[in-house]
Amino acid sequence: MLSRQQVLLHPAAKPVLFAVCLLPFAWLFYSALTNQLGANPAEALIRSLGDWTLRFLCIVLAVTPLRVVSKTPALARFRRMLGLFVYFYVVMHLLSYSWFDQGFDVPDIAKDIAKRPFILVGFAGFLLLTPLAATSFNAAIKAMGAKRWQLLHKLVYLIAGLGILHFFWMRAGKNNFAEVFVYAGILAVLLGWRVWHHWAAPARKPAPARTVANAR
Amino acid sequence: MLIKTHSSGFDHLIPSEITPRRVYQSRRDLIKLMATGAAGAGLAGWASRQAMAQGVQHPGKLAALAGAKSPVPGALTMEKITDYKDATTYNNFYEFGTDKADPAKNAHTLVTKPWTVAVEGMVKNPKTFTLEELIKLSPQEERIYRLRCVEGWSMVVPWVGYSLSELIKKVEPLGSAKYVEFVTLADPKTMPFVGSRVLEWPYVEALRMDEAMHPLALLTFGMYGEVLPNQNGAPVRMVLPWKYGFKSGKSIVKIRFTDKEPKTAWNKAAQQEYGFYSNVNPNVDHPRWSQATERRIGEDGLFAKKRKTLMYNGYEAQVAQLYAGMDLKKNF
Repeated sequence: MLSRQQVLLHPAAKPVLFAVCLLPFAWLFYSALTNQLGANPAEALIRSLGDWTLRFLCIVLAVTPLRVVSKTPALARFRRMLGLFVYFYVVMHLLSYSWFDQGFDVPDIAKDIAKRPFILVGFAGFLLLTPLAATSFNAAIKAMGAKRWQLLHKLVYLIAGLGILHFFWMRAGKNNFAEVFVYAGILAVLLGWRVWHHWAAPARKPAPARTVANAR
Repeated sequence: MLIKTHSSGFDHLIPSEITPRRVYQSRRDLIKLMATGAAGAGLAGWASRQAMAQGVQHPGKLAALAGAKSPVPGALTMEKITDYKDATTYNNFYEFGTDKADPAKNAHTLVTKPWTVAVEGMVKNPKTFTLEELIKLSPQEERIYRLRCVEGWSMVVPWVGYSLSELIKKVEPLGSAKYVEFVTLADPKTMPFVGSRVLEWPYVEALRMDEAMHPLALLTFGMYGEVLPNQNGAPVRMVLPWKYGFKSGKSIVKIRFTDKEPKTAWNKAAQQEYGFYSNVNPNVDHPRWSQATERRIGEDGLFAKKRKTLMYNGYEAQVAQLYAGMDLKKNF
């Protein structure tokens, strides 16, 4: 039996994860080709791709908390790929909206983005995610310097907020928030853990010393 | 008996309208012949539509409910009829879930027998009708209507029913009655999503009296030549082809005449998004999506450009006079 660490560091681990991440897309593509997306295939496709964007956003933001809590440093090597899959799915989401909903009519798309806040917010999220995807390779990190690179990539928290707002406003038209709250809850826990980890966790280490000092 | 089993077959309600089977069969054969190409490709399209408009395919799932071809202007569109499967598995009926696949999955729990509809409020003859009385009140007609959902999709559905005006005339509203309110069933025991906070229950819809009296306003008991399936609003619902679909209340239990504009379900939930009238209007967008175009379910595939939405869903000639002089941007 391979240990957890050995599995995660195995040369096949990344290709396997890559294939797994492509499965939702492959399944949607297959369903579209074989006409299995129901009565309104365009709507099903656009919404599923949006759902998968949010899911991958949750997954990639779960990597660091999971790595720290489970003390599994090897998880870090998958973070970039997962992050790029968020971008892959959002591009597919935008592309399928532009194509199947708007028929690639650019003036119509521009009007739609300007007119409807929920589309504007979604589009803003996509725009903000673009520099993150574009600077995901090692040379970019070197060129920018780790500090500035990290600062840029903190945008992901804003992007997560925009993604939730996009979904919330879309569902507000039908007053149907149950799923929105599930994603918002997951993202709130993942971001909340970071805040807690940043402020509370390091403070615990010197705490015993202070207690001792106070006792004197 | 007006509700027929499938085996009892095809009956006309007015004997004088009966065409000998031999005669209509030969005409139908001719139309089919044309549709197969003898009359050229362009004409074939027309002919196959014509053939379809003449005979709606019965799915053979529920009790038959025959309707004579409606004489009401605009009541029989020649467009391609949406597949029964799409019309019965892709629709909104929030009492059974918010996803459009939910009603077909969950509505089997709805109990439609016995069923009564209370007609009350400002009328001379208030009465609680049993479903059987209501079905027999006026001859059933087949009406092939376009259905436009506020979400931007559309279908063509052959309904069976009669003009609501027939019922209104029977109960004789008082001169003071200005609106008709439709209260639908809200039974948490048989409708799993009644109680969810998405909408206020029961689901209430309403019309101005002149809208309710319009012959196209259909009190509906069946579709595709059979009684309504539960998920489509059995056993009795409204169908208002020139308004967005949600204006047509399903599984109606009460029809009330009143002098004040009733508060309707979606208007209460989101006043700025859903107005009282909710007439199909490509020029007034919903804040979250455009109403200029629509996707015809089962026809406009993934790669087809969406089709233009028509004013009053294509019933402008019939209903526009109801709204003459009104600012439709304000009264959306």
